[in-house]
Amino acid sequence: MASKVVYSPRDPMLKKRDDFVDVLEERRRSSDLRYALRCYSPVLYKGPTTSKASELKTMVLQSDQLHYVVNQVSRESGVPLDDVQAEASVILEEMAHRLQLSTVRFFAFTLSKVFKAIFRSICVNEEGVQRLQQVVQEHPVVLLPSHRSYMDFLLMSYLMYTYDLPLPAIAAGMDFMGMKVVGEMLRMSGAFFIRRSFGGDKLYWAVFSEYVKTMLRNGFAPLEFFLEGTRSRTSKSLTPKLGLLNIAMDPFLKGEVFDVSLVPVSISYERVLEETLYARELLGVPKPKESTSGLFKARRVLSEDYGSIHVYFGPPVSVRSLAEGRVNRSQFSLTPRHIPRRPSEDVHSFVNDAAYRLVRAQEENMVLKPWVLLASLLLQNQAAGQNRGVPLDELIQQAVWLRDLCRQFGAFLHWPDHIPSSEVVSSSLSLHGGLVRVSEDRVYLALEQEPHCSLTAEEELLSQAVVVLSCASYRNQVLHVFLRPALLAAAIHTASSSQKQEVYSSFLFLRNMFSNEFILCPGAAVQDFEEACYLLTKVGALHINQHKVLTAERGHRTLAFLTSILDPFLQGYQMVCSFLCEDATQALTERRFVPAVQAFIIKHLLKGRLRYPEVLSSDLQRNALAALLRLGAVQKVQGGEESGTLKVNRIMLNSLEDTLGGRLSTQKALRAHL
Amino acid sequence: MASNSCGGGSDRQMAAQHRLSVIAGHLQRPSGSNTAVLAVDCKGQGSKPFVSSEKRTVPRRRQEIMKWNGWGYSDSKFVYNKKGQAEFTGKRYKLSGMIIPGLKDWMENTFGATLQHKAAATPALNSSAVPPPTLNEAFVEELKSTGVPFSADAEDRVFRAHGHCLHEIFALREGKIGRVPDMVVWPNCHSDVVKIVELACKHNVCLIPYGGGTSVSSALECPPEETRSIISLDTSQMNRILWIDEKNLTAHIEAGIIGQDLENLLNESGYCTGHEPDSMEFSSLGGWVATRASGMKKNIYGNIEDLVIRIKMVTPQGVIEKSCQGPRMSTGPDIHHFIMGSEGTLGVITEVTMKIRPVPEYQKYGSVVFPNFEQGVACLREVARQRCAPASIRLMDNEQFKFGHALKPQVSSIFTSFLDGLKKFYITKFKGFDPNRLCVATLLFEGNREKVLQHEKQVYDIAAKFGGLAAGEDNGQRGYMLTFVIAYLRDLGMDYFVIGESFETSVPWDRVLDICRNVKARIIHECKDKGVQFPPLSTCRVTQTYDAGACVYFYFAFNYRGLSDPVHVYEQVEHAAREEILANGGSLSHHHGVGKLRKEWMRETVSSVGMGMLQSVKDYVDPNNIFGSRNLL
Ligand SMILES: Cc1cc2nc3c(=O)[nH]c(=O)nc-3n(C[C@H](O)[C@H](O)[C@H](O)COP(=O)(O)OP(=O)(O)OC[C@H]3O[C@@H](n4cnc5c(N)ncnc54)[C@H](O)[C@@H]3O)c2cc1C
Repeated sequence: MASKVVYSPRDPMLKKRDDFVDVLEERRRSSDLRYALRCYSPVLYKGPTTSKASELKTMVLQSDQLHYVVNQVSRESGVPLDDVQAEASVILEEMAHRLQLSTVRFFAFTLSKVFKAIFRSICVNEEGVQRLQQVVQEHPVVLLPSHRSYMDFLLMSYLMYTYDLPLPAIAAGMDFMGMKVVGEMLRMSGAFFIRRSFGGDKLYWAVFSEYVKTMLRNGFAPLEFFLEGTRSRTSKSLTPKLGLLNIAMDPFLKGEVFDVSLVPVSISYERVLEETLYARELLGVPKPKESTSGLFKARRVLSEDYGSIHVYFGPPVSVRSLAEGRVNRSQFSLTPRHIPRRPSEDVHSFVNDAAYRLVRAQEENMVLKPWVLLASLLLQNQAAGQNRGVPLDELIQQAVWLRDLCRQFGAFLHWPDHIPSSEVVSSSLSLHGGLVRVSEDRVYLALEQEPHCSLTAEEELLSQAVVVLSCASYRNQVLHVFLRPALLAAAIHTASSSQKQEVYSSFLFLRNMFSNEFILCPGAAVQDFEEACYLLTKVGALHINQHKVLTAERGHRTLAFLTSILDPFLQGYQMVCSFLCEDATQALTERRFVPAVQAFIIKHLLKGRLRYPEVLSSDLQRNALAALLRLGAVQKVQGGEESGTLKVNRIMLNSLEDTLGGRLSTQKALRAHL
Repeated sequence: MASNSCGGGSDRQMAAQHRLSVIAGHLQRPSGSNTAVLAVDCKGQGSKPFVSSEKRTVPRRRQEIMKWNGWGYSDSKFVYNKKGQAEFTGKRYKLSGMIIPGLKDWMENTFGATLQHKAAATPALNSSAVPPPTLNEAFVEELKSTGVPFSADAEDRVFRAHGHCLHEIFALREGKIGRVPDMVVWPNCHSDVVKIVELACKHNVCLIPYGGGTSVSSALECPPEETRSIISLDTSQMNRILWIDEKNLTAHIEAGIIGQDLENLLNESGYCTGHEPDSMEFSSLGGWVATRASGMKKNIYGNIEDLVIRIKMVTPQGVIEKSCQGPRMSTGPDIHHFIMGSEGTLGVITEVTMKIRPVPEYQKYGSVVFPNFEQGVACLREVARQRCAPASIRLMDNEQFKFGHALKPQVSSIFTSFLDGLKKFYITKFKGFDPNRLCVATLLFEGNREKVLQHEKQVYDIAAKFGGLAAGEDNGQRGYMLTFVIAYLRDLGMDYFVIGESFETSVPWDRVLDICRNVKARIIHECKDKGVQFPPLSTCRVTQTYDAGACVYFYFAFNYRGLSDPVHVYEQVEHAAREEILANGGSLSHHHGVGKLRKEWMRETVSSVGMGMLQSVKDYVDPNNIFGSRNLL
């Protein structure tokens, strides 16, 4: 173990988080109309700026980059040059935004109304806003919000408008274009649209990347996109997508701008608008196509209380300093810069690491509400078989314990200390009345069905799973705080001895296994291990010396909590392994995989062999499959009759399953497979 | 360059001639008898060299006319007079004796450097601070018998221990003396050099050739780890033109001659080399060859590699030279290219056959103002594309444009008209231009009158397409003249806590703007980062155009008050700036060379195999590292 890289902790209790200001407060006091019509004069980039969207299009269409690809495509396809050029212009039309201040004002007005109706407050760290105001003048800016809701980008533009910041150009998925009016509205408020997949389409890629880069180079507007690519249905951060980040970094790497500032933004919702919708999706009810009518069915949403939102603008990250010592920029000086090239190995890994770091930054600055702790506890109690719920007192006591642990781990927890804990707990419970019930001073998940429905056992299970998955999505918000210590706790649990080396190899195994499930920065295993050791020693749960990792007397509760928080994932992955070993047929394809594994899991749940309905989550199943593919325990057949089918390596799967279950030493498993 | 008023006193004659008057003075052709070619041996051995002028600028004891801790002639420098106005002293230059009213404010506004804060230099060299020489007795004994003059005097040695990098001059001003040569020798001719090199090999002493001492790459610095006796081989007395061949337009010249003497002597016969690096007042022919120098008028005459026909170099393995004077040869890799840029690591260049040209009939300066730097660069690029670059074309950015203004002297015939002219220009023509963005290109045309005028029109027409407006001859002329006094300005800066330097690169056209922006920004960024208390001056200019790219110069200076180790900060910033240059596709050097200052980047610049090639040449030519300056590799 190369433990030279020592995890250097900042004392989390001392970590000063900026103060939040509620932007709705002002809205409740003064005219929304006046606000929507107010003089808006954003601070601008100091470099040369192009302000007109039409100018931007011309620049893209006349760029060397595009000319090159147009020529290439024409040569390769035999289509006349003019036609290809015309096609490029059509693509650009379809893609480009048409930012208009009037539309923004319209949104400023209507969103004010909507926000006030459904949210108690929208809290923003104003120091972050000030930092942003500074940095937009200096360098091209890329805003990278977390993505948990459709609300995210409306909210972002709303805040930019509110703070006299330049309105961003937002990369949005084409799905929105299905919603005619809304799509156009969004376009006029700065959204530009990208097809979901355009794999080999050179021309599309050229138009798209040149469009984005032109905006950055010319300081047209801050660029905004979602690193996670899509909304996370589980509230866990998703493995970052690299396409846009690659494009956004390109102008810096090629020396076209001095620097690019990346600003991670963490948006946390006390209650996510799409909460049960997501749970249904995860259980396999297909995602409704984003249609205008669908969005407006969300009307009843308006009458509900969604609590508060916290938006944290993180410190800007300079691409220049990220790249310092990592990327040899002179590699770009040997070929003309307008000829598209695949990123080299080092650039790829640099962008990948940067993406992980940014997602980690988003995670760390997510504000956690007391409810996420309650959800974690309730799920654990539930799984421990306490179907009758927990006494409220006990829940409060557990929550306070967990709050303190959380804080010691440096979580960004918004727990109002001036209010008695019992009140904090009960107000959280009441906000989430759809998921949790309190009766006779006992608290339990709202799993019971109305008595008059006559459901099959399977239907009942699925409807319970909706509630469990919804709760799990709140628990998931806090996972990143506990993840590393939890992996260590689980490693201690499965390791065959308390030898540090042994524990570390278990830790490595688990970390590797779960690297599709959680945000674990590539290459940071040692730091993660050190961090986990540091935190658990600090809270007095472990004694760690040169060679041994020993559980402290008073560490049991913490370790038990940590192991249980990871348990659904451990069990879930084992389930997937055993499904693939026992039940996978010859013709199993990736597409058929989720329904098949779900059916398999339902059987086990009904038979009582599995305690966690959340394992039904297709997200977990897909992540597990991705991990198994990565580890080589499953292979996708390429070409031939069986192309696309999954071929399983039973021996390997068996041993992975046993290792996950603590029935096989990881060292052996590691040696065998990783 | 120093001025020459005809019929002046003898010191005036000694003084170098002003470039402008030189050229003006040679509009008439000499009575061109077809010159006899006369081979010569060493002076004092009877025969006289062809060009007979015994008056040379550089005496053996350089300290008689030059500063020991600053740039140039002792009598010429910027000072603040009693009234607190900046003034340039001496009589050598056009600017000499003039008041420069705007300079003080510019210094204050740009650097926050005020008269109250003076950083005085150590007034005189304290010989006791100089480490005693390590002499190799046997070598000294044998050297005596050859009759070649030498000295172990402290001043002589200190003078040859440095070039003109900031850290070198700064240390001298502080009175800090590091490792210096143990002895200086002054060979008079090629055969003297042969003897010295033989003796050096025999007694294993280290030799460092010294030309004009204008190196800006730490090339002349003695490696501190060198334990052998270090001999500085000063070529300044090998300064004759041995013959001129008018049929082939070549001249055979001793390598120690300095630029201004070479041009003056050739001018007497109606010729010039046209090689005019900004340092030509002091730098030597051998130095140019050893560093691959570049002259301002390379568009007409070429860089040094285009100008040399034959080179003679004395190495520990013997003398290397070609057997003929064919203008081009296909005989394997050109051995001249091992010599050019060898930076004193392989041997001593003693004689060079060089191309010469008749002095041009007509010369005209010019200038163009552009609304911004981007337009200016686009214009230069177009000029290069059409291959119609004048003898010189340089584009200054906005900061340098302003700096040029600050250097306007109070009264002067060429300047008054310019001043008024410019004022008028501002009011009438440049109204639309943002004074904080506009930039200026200076031009120099040469040739026969008609062609020059035609050429001028072509260039101005191109400029107009990029929004450029002609801004007068004087503006241009002044720009070029300032080149020679700018080097003096650094000394004034240092008197008031301002340190600075210039560095250069070459870069493909499509990256010129990017590199300019990024390097300037990087400098500002790094200064802030390293705790510099005042905003730095960070500016650039494009000084040469080529088919495929340009040469870019960066100037960078800052007020170092409040810093405990300003030179270290300076070096960190320069280092970062160089990294930035390389990252942006710029070269390690266009003409200053590598020396020891930029050695660390050589491998990535020429690849490992390339390094191996160079190393194997060194190993063969100089296996005992007699030429031990440790430059380049
Ligand atoms: C103000 C200023 C302006 C400058 N402008 C220019 C410019 O416009 N263009 C340009 O190209 N450079 C310029 N330079 C850099 C410098 O003048 C050149 O590098 C010049 O070629 C050095 O010549 P030198 O005779 O002064 O050599 P030195 O400084 O004495 O020596 C430089 C190197 O060459 C070696 N050397 C010198 N003579 C010989 C010889 N006879 N045989 C073998 N090795 C030898 C030395 O050992 C040393 O390594 C400038 C420098 C200054 C300070």
